[in-house]
Amino acid sequence: MNDSIIKTLTVSFLVCLFCSLIVSYAAVNLRDLQNLNKLNDQRIKILKTAAIYSPNESIESQFSRLTPKFVDFSTGDLLDQYGDYDLNTYDPVYFSKQPSHSTPIPSSEDIAIVKNKENIGKIYLLKDSSENLEKVILPIRGYGLWGTLYGYIAIDSDLNTIRGLEFYAHKETPGLGAEVDNPKWKALWDGKSIYKDDQVEIEVIKGKVDPSNKMATYQVDGLSGATLTSRGVTNMLVYWFGESGYKETLKKINYES
Amino acid sequence: MKVNQYKDVLSKPLIEENPITLQILGICSALAVTSNLSVTLVMCVALTSVVSFSNLFISLIRNYIPSSVRIIVQMTIIASLVIVVDELLKAYDYETSKKLSVFVGLIITNCIVMGRAEAFAMKEKPFISFLDGLGNGLGYSIILIAVAVVRELFGAGTLMGYEIFSLVSNGGWYPANNLLLLPPSSFILIGLMIWGIREYKKDQIEPNEFKLSGHATAPDLRKKEANV
Repeated sequence: MNDSIIKTLTVSFLVCLFCSLIVSYAAVNLRDLQNLNKLNDQRIKILKTAAIYSPNESIESQFSRLTPKFVDFSTGDLLDQYGDYDLNTYDPVYFSKQPSHSTPIPSSEDIAIVKNKENIGKIYLLKDSSENLEKVILPIRGYGLWGTLYGYIAIDSDLNTIRGLEFYAHKETPGLGAEVDNPKWKALWDGKSIYKDDQVEIEVIKGKVDPSNKMATYQVDGLSGATLTSRGVTNMLVYWFGESGYKETLKKINYES
Repeated sequence: MKVNQYKDVLSKPLIEENPITLQILGICSALAVTSNLSVTLVMCVALTSVVSFSNLFISLIRNYIPSSVRIIVQMTIIASLVIVVDELLKAYDYETSKKLSVFVGLIITNCIVMGRAEAFAMKEKPFISFLDGLGNGLGYSIILIAVAVVRELFGAGTLMGYEIFSLVSNGGWYPANNLLLLPPSSFILIGLMIWGIREYKKDQIEPNEFKLSGHATAPDLRKKEANV
């Protein structure tokens, strides 16, 4: 009598119960390891953006070369303390989704479609052995074609020259927009300048940059077939290096150093 | 007798009754994850363990599964195994798991797993079902590995990431064939394999299910108009 209703329900219930136990046991027991992997993956991206990553050294020790700092977006100040939050584990993207820790961006200003910005961000400073600033690594994000691109950008100690750009999460079309991960394209960013007369001029243009153009140092080759992704990257840079982004902070770093 | 039977269920799916080349199952992942040998190997291990253990567990409870809900019970077991495999990969081989992305999850819908559960494990004893799953998983693996070796070697000049042919772009002599890195190339490769195997094992050739009729002239439209 395998097909009676009672039997059907009992067997289904027992199978579900047993399977869910196994799945949750695996998920709970492996969670720490998985989170560590995710964290390391993001750290590798930051190290790569700063161009100091070497696969043979432990990520932990390489990452200790970077000094994390809180950034107060309302004043541009760099902070070492923010509430009870631990500087090492603070995740700005997480807090941008908490209404109590973030502010919605008015749509007139929101060119990169960031929507909600955390009140307190986090950046990394790379210093050399004698405590001189070498690079600043800033998290950026913004909308491309299919979704938000999350990445890091490294700028030189002159606080105007780009040294590296990496995206750690995006949903762009493979082969077109997803070419933001292409090492050749990423290499184009090294040496480009952001500000001209205090205005953000950096731009991903359509087609190839003409080196004889006097604006060439503010321009990066567009991704062919990915106009919207290219525009998204431009918007993202304009937003994050603008007044509501890191502009004030960069000025303050400049005074300090 | 028994031992022979065990040997049969293990070895037959390798070439003779290969799930990919004879039954044309599991093509989706065979196209998608074969551009790089090391990723392919992880996928093969993942699929082989899922199909073996799903066969084992389904066969263990086969006498208690009500036939009205048998498919969903099988799916529950398969899905749980796939999730466990996915979680293990994320914990112990994060890089590969990122490259495989959705394709580990898609093992749930891989026809080989479901097919073996329904066709074999529901009827046979646990141990032999396990071997059947193992055999089919290995049969799948043989084809995937063969495709991946060709694609990675001739498409990127490397095997498991180690350079075999030095590429022109790195100052070597081998101009990489980029077509092989695209999914359609594995379609062509698997097609060639099926052709090759059927040339060698003529009994795999299926009779035509229908015949194309001879060339007919197109109807003369002007005539029809005249009729109206």
